[in-house]
Amino acid sequence: MNKALIFTCCASASFAAEPQPDAEALEHLVRHDCGSCHGMTLKGGLGPDIRAKALHGYDPETLGLVIKDGIPGTAMPPWRPLLTQSEIDWVVDYLLTGGE
Amino acid sequence: MRKHLTALILSLSLLGTATLAQPTGDLGLVVERADGSLLVIDQSDRASIGRITGLGDLSHASLVYSPDQRFAYVFGRDGGLTKVDILEQSIVNRVMQAGNSIGGAISDDGRYVAVSNYEPGGVRVFDAETLDLVADIPTDSKTVGLVDVPGTRFVFSLWDAGETWIADMSEATPEITKVTGMGSNPYDALVTSDGRTYIAGLFGEDHLTALDLWQDDPKPMPILDGYSAGREGLPVYKMPHLEGWALAGTDFVLPAVGQHEVLWVDARSLTQTGRTETHGQPIFAMARPDGRQVWVNFAHPLNDTIQVIDSLSKEVIHQFTPGPGVLHMEFTPRGHEVWLSVRDANKVMVYDTQTFQKLREIDALSPSGIFFTNRAHKTGL
Repeated sequence: MNKALIFTCCASASFAAEPQPDAEALEHLVRHDCGSCHGMTLKGGLGPDIRAKALHGYDPETLGLVIKDGIPGTAMPPWRPLLTQSEIDWVVDYLLTGGE
Repeated sequence: MRKHLTALILSLSLLGTATLAQPTGDLGLVVERADGSLLVIDQSDRASIGRITGLGDLSHASLVYSPDQRFAYVFGRDGGLTKVDILEQSIVNRVMQAGNSIGGAISDDGRYVAVSNYEPGGVRVFDAETLDLVADIPTDSKTVGLVDVPGTRFVFSLWDAGETWIADMSEATPEITKVTGMGSNPYDALVTSDGRTYIAGLFGEDHLTALDLWQDDPKPMPILDGYSAGREGLPVYKMPHLEGWALAGTDFVLPAVGQHEVLWVDARSLTQTGRTETHGQPIFAMARPDGRQVWVNFAHPLNDTIQVIDSLSKEVIHQFTPGPGVLHMEFTPRGHEVWLSVRDANKVMVYDTQTFQKLREIDALSPSGIFFTNRAHKTGL
């Protein structure tokens, strides 16, 4: 148990003690779970269009805060309990660059 | 012999093609959401028997059946309305009717198919035969919870406006009755199988709202008022679904929003009769067709689990983890089996509802909704 922990810490030392985001799992999360409201193609549903062209002009920090804390009074939930900061950063970058 | 041969030739010529003789009563369709395809399934064989492709964006897609159980009308997220022939396993017709849609219904007489739209909002009604537009009902709001009720009528709710509209299609021009004051942000709704009680779930309120559709002038009735009073609402990572199969014995069982519980409501008095703590936030709470059990699946990230609740004791009697992303459940018409979509395992899994034993796994691509053809004869589905 201790050995595994040390190994993990060493492996991720360059990422401020957080493991590197799992791109495949996060893309799946964005498409399928964010997609519950925003549509699997992210063009919108109960929630708004979150494709790159729709988000153009938003700064990454603001988008990160929206994902982290949600928007009170709307159906957008806070993802803070489920995602680390580096995972949120990855999602913001993914959305702003059009998933490329 | 000769006589038999003559009879055979005669019957073949009468039938035209052999496929026409094939019954559809135990067939069904599974939505393969990522690939825009439908898997054709056979209940008795517990097997897939084909695939229909080319249906566009099927995330959150649903479908209804024609009265003869041969054709399905598929409502795609991209606004596509597709009519498919489940015997020929082919697309009969397809129209792009809006920019972004969420579900639909077929009228009790099978003549009209109505589609509920997010973008541009409103409901559009189509001729079930030709898919020609029959009526356009703009609402200036996203529409949800569209169901059919007796009398060639459709009922639906307005997410932004908090209203429920009843569209009577029995005459040439649709007659609309608007019920205001339903509450803030209805996200989905159900109607009972007798078409009498319509219940809208509300995202922005601490209650649900019921309508008695047997009244000439239905009035909103709050039910389960204050069901989460004094408790913090949990983040909602997926909106629950309300469907007409919620009646378990004499109670409705309904998913709470923002709480890990299902709520029990007396079907006659609409008063709360209990609550059952659950593993996570419920998405579907589905009564087995006989009402004896309620099966519940859950929102992300607890969506690998199913709980089975006994309708008499209202206690969880069984819990198991079929796999990652259990999105949807469908009972066989008399409830001896339940079929589960396990999205991230790319499987449909079949379970015996008495023993809870797994009977079969069927390969499917990111499966979501499962729809058996017996839905054709049910109001509100």
